[in-house]
Amino acid sequence: MQKSLSIDPGKCTGCLQCEMACSLENEGVFNTAKSRIKVFTFHEEGKFVPYTCTQCDEAWCMHACPVDAIVVNAATGSKDVISDLCVGCKVCTIACPFGTVNYNADSGKVVKCDLCGGDPQCVDACPTDAITYVDANATGLDKMRQWAEKTDNTVGS
Amino acid sequence: MIYLVVGSGPAGVVAAERLRKLDPLANISLIGSEPEPPYSRMAIPYYLTDKIQEHGTYLRKTAMHFEKLNIQLVQQTVTSIDTEFNRLITDDGETRRYDKLLLATGSRPVVPPVPGIDAPGVHNCWTLEDAREIIKLAKPGASVVLMGAGFIGCIVLESLALRDVRLTVVEMENRMVPRMMNDISGNMIKRWCEEKGVSVHTSTRAESIEALDAGKLRVNMSNGQSVDADLVISATGVKPNIEYLAESGVYTDQGIVVNDYLQTSNEDIYAAGDVCQGKDFNTGEYTVQAIQPTAVEHARVAAANMVRGHRTEHVGNLNMNVLDTIGLVSASFGQWMGVPGGDSAELVNEKEYKYLNLQFKDDVLVGGSSLGLTQHVGVIRGLIQSETKLGSWKERLQKDPLKVMEAYLACSQSQVATA
Repeated sequence: MQKSLSIDPGKCTGCLQCEMACSLENEGVFNTAKSRIKVFTFHEEGKFVPYTCTQCDEAWCMHACPVDAIVVNAATGSKDVISDLCVGCKVCTIACPFGTVNYNADSGKVVKCDLCGGDPQCVDACPTDAITYVDANATGLDKMRQWAEKTDNTVGS
Repeated sequence: MIYLVVGSGPAGVVAAERLRKLDPLANISLIGSEPEPPYSRMAIPYYLTDKIQEHGTYLRKTAMHFEKLNIQLVQQTVTSIDTEFNRLITDDGETRRYDKLLLATGSRPVVPPVPGIDAPGVHNCWTLEDAREIIKLAKPGASVVLMGAGFIGCIVLESLALRDVRLTVVEMENRMVPRMMNDISGNMIKRWCEEKGVSVHTSTRAESIEALDAGKLRVNMSNGQSVDADLVISATGVKPNIEYLAESGVYTDQGIVVNDYLQTSNEDIYAAGDVCQGKDFNTGEYTVQAIQPTAVEHARVAAANMVRGHRTEHVGNLNMNVLDTIGLVSASFGQWMGVPGGDSAELVNEKEYKYLNLQFKDDVLVGGSSLGLTQHVGVIRGLIQSETKLGSWKERLQKDPLKVMEAYLACSQSQVATA
């Protein structure tokens, strides 16, 4: 069964454990600036909203890639960047309407959430269950999907 | 069904694959004029810097990819189309019949009217073969003159800088990347390049190129200066490849004009990619965008419409671009230059080379451009294309344009409203 990240901002305390875990898992360092999941702070509303790639069906990043460096992971459904093939052209970073594919100047490649291959570390690290990894059909992913569809005004069929 | 796809760049390849998916039994041929496997011109700059080998530029990496899909790859140049009998005529005199035809013939560099432009040692940077020639001449320490600091010029500029050549850039406009960046950000890129040791001449034309002894060239500029060079690269713009359509009756303007189904004036012929003059999402006008995401979306829509029983409307593509100029990343989206009666937000940080400009019509984002930002820039596309009403977030963005991701989360995900 395909699983996906479910994010409940109401439970997020802004502790950034998810960003630390993501950075450690994927970059080998504790550096929130290198995390693929980001917690956005809304001071006026007193809210924190964690956000990362929704692994959307439209896969704008994957289709925009000129060198076939983004592929669907058959096991998890995530769209993974094959770092060896990525040339660092950044077209995916402007094609993704969610802003969740980003360029890493240190490596000269793009990075995005790959669900840690099916064991997302942000989920393990979250102390309040604001981020969970659950059956894709049961998540609040619908809202994100709607956004994707809204942007998808070029390709149908 | 016989489908012919002319042009083996990204649009042609994606269309051929899509046709195969939608019509498993059809006869599909992909016709390209270059003696290479289908490759990405966009990857050439990275080949020039040895980040990748030639294989790394190929659009599809696995051997036998096209054979497995039963897509026939053909190396031929199409010279004309006989629309009366639905057939192509190629340079070797062969004819090929089609039921449906996709024209994805791309574009080619324009040759600026500069005396000496055809001298040996003057090259475009357009094909893999051009890249091989440039690699031979752009040795460390060599003097290279780059004519044109548009998008392609600037992409090549980065590769040349990384090859440690002595680089001189000549650009007619008053700033760099004039079709992506305004006066402020375009001149920030210029200053950045100068700090990296590149000599940049804006508001300047190359007036003539002289061939000197031992393969050296001299470029004489309109500002009275001249530069001796081992290599001159001409990157003064591109134009769509449409000449073979002259007698065909297929309607062309800047490119091949298509309707909202990417169909040309001939019902059996479609167009996609850099040669296609299709609808722009922002303006509704039909323009040649010549960018990778548009080429791929054209291809998917056109291929679907070529197959009986499918009909997909093309609502229009957002014009957008991203560029890395020696490590300074810039991006532009939609109507980045603004719209009449619209509002804008601007953040300028000359010292740290950061710039962000957002353009609104009422409370909807219609364009933007950025410099020195690499995180979450894609959300600008999302906000523009979803036509999200920003409400009070417009004012917040005018105070701090960097909050664009927050604006998206608040307005589109409704995850912020209640405290």
